[in-house]
Amino acid sequence: MIKFSDEKLKKVDEIVARYPQGKQKSALLPVLHLAQEEFGGWLSTEAMDYVASLLKLEPIEVYEVATFYSMYNLKPVGRYMFEVCQTGPCMLRGSDQIIDYIKQKLNIGIGETTPDGLFTLKTVECLGACGYAPMMQLGKHFREHLTPEKVDAIIEECRRNTAANN
Amino acid sequence: MGSRKLLLEKAHVPGIRGYDVYRREGGYRSVEKALKTMSPDQVTEEVKKSGLRGRGGAGFPTGMKWSFLAKPEGVPRYLVCNADESEPGTFKDRYLMEFLPHLLIEGLIVSSFALGSKSTYIYIRGEYAWIPDILEQAIAEAKNNGWLGKNILGTGFDCEIYVHRGAGAYICGEETALIESLEGKRGNPRIKPPFPAVKGVWDCPTVVNNVETLAAVVPIINEGGEAYSKIGVGKSTGTKLLSACGNINKPGVYEIDMTISVEEFIFSDEYCGGIPNGKRLKACIPGGSSVPILPANLLLKTAKGETRIMNYESLSDGGFAKGSMMGSGGFIVLDEDQCVVRNTLTLARFYRHESCGQCSPCREGTGWMEKILKNIEYGKGKSSDIDLLWDIQRKIEGNTICPLGDAAAWPVAAAIRHFRDEFEWHVANPIASQNRNFGLAHYADPLEVVPA
Repeated sequence: MIKFSDEKLKKVDEIVARYPQGKQKSALLPVLHLAQEEFGGWLSTEAMDYVASLLKLEPIEVYEVATFYSMYNLKPVGRYMFEVCQTGPCMLRGSDQIIDYIKQKLNIGIGETTPDGLFTLKTVECLGACGYAPMMQLGKHFREHLTPEKVDAIIEECRRNTAANN
Repeated sequence: MGSRKLLLEKAHVPGIRGYDVYRREGGYRSVEKALKTMSPDQVTEEVKKSGLRGRGGAGFPTGMKWSFLAKPEGVPRYLVCNADESEPGTFKDRYLMEFLPHLLIEGLIVSSFALGSKSTYIYIRGEYAWIPDILEQAIAEAKNNGWLGKNILGTGFDCEIYVHRGAGAYICGEETALIESLEGKRGNPRIKPPFPAVKGVWDCPTVVNNVETLAAVVPIINEGGEAYSKIGVGKSTGTKLLSACGNINKPGVYEIDMTISVEEFIFSDEYCGGIPNGKRLKACIPGGSSVPILPANLLLKTAKGETRIMNYESLSDGGFAKGSMMGSGGFIVLDEDQCVVRNTLTLARFYRHESCGQCSPCREGTGWMEKILKNIEYGKGKSSDIDLLWDIQRKIEGNTICPLGDAAAWPVAAAIRHFRDEFEWHVANPIASQNRNFGLAHYADPLEVVPA
């Protein structure tokens, strides 16, 4: 059974305390972020049910939110998710070519994960980095002014991090 | 000549992100002035006098919005800062929060005092995942120095600020969808009335303002509403942050007083620095992806032949037929090699992806427009498709609960209005259109001005 650590449970209490008494449902989005980080980068039904029980909500209240927002992953993803923006301003600066390059380099299509489970390629809509295009989100941060060379370096960096942490 | 900077003046001072440097540079003076020498209504009055208009895109007068806030006895009131910046082309709030977090916190404290909000929330888009740490650090520093918490400056005013992270949904920039999301629900906009000023978050009176709007309250209180109103021109008072992107030499965030011409903004080295590789200007979306795209000739001059200025009035001169909008300040430039059909397709896809699905004209229409545009872009279009697109966008506009429907319709309408020949060329040349672009055509030719 999945469960937050005591430290994370304290964090949940902290989040709930930001909202008025009885309005703990407001904590749902932040707590789902926390659950996704803790439980392997995606939200299983078990994880969502657990969040529902923590916040005293019906499971459906959690499902309907988790399915609405694009940042919650409802199936497993690779350890590193390349979320490449493809909206107008990024397209004008060559995001199509960057997406093609990643596809070819990692030999996967959009929405797919490499067989070693390391990389997932996802296309996303405008992330607010239009002046620094083309760009992708990688975990918590943006990688901007992408070129094929920079993509190569990012892939290498991810591989090195994995080797160092295994 | 540099334009007056009220928000970003100190952005490059080393260490300005931290409290000590920010305070040393004159930070938090507006809190002292407001809390110690003014009543909440006087603060609102100064904001009214300043002529400040909402910087999120709609341009509604901020002071008026504040004065609509209901104040029933014993019911809490809330200020919510809209940091869900998601309009394609727009990244100014991100810059402000990343580099001048204390400016936003200062503006929030003064505004919370004016509105009587004891718990103020910053709703930030989920993808700006590293910025909550910066804001929470600034909040903690402000609190440690007595600017937040209980009995601030001994005035009896209590205030806390919390950061609430969204999770990826453009629609949550719409204020009632944002409120739903803050309540832990799907971001489905509410039917208005009741307006948030009467019934907002947790059914309490609520004001939702954009990041830049709330930061602008700081110079307004420091210098007075009247002084602020004298900067700029007409109803475009104060300064505006513009985020410039696309095919320009110097993309980035610029603060302007709203008196410079569009031409100067694009071509002067102080701002965008012109277009790379000696290419010519084809078109521009001057206020974020939702506002009408304009061909170069109508962008630089109005249909009357006057120089177009970077402000609310001038950018909208000519209405939707021959003008555009200031919008959120997301300034997207297209050079002569760009394809308007492809650009419109990416925007149609964006709105289809972001439609909440509540209203059928928007839910169905955005998907339908994307499919047709895809056909045209990939050489499978029919000549009847162009009229069909026009018809669909007309049936979305004005027929939805929130403005996302309009925002999805306008870019398609404007692209067809001004670039119909390019769409027709795609349909008539399905093979050639896969290998090359239509190019500049006559979009940059001087306009023929018919004397009135």
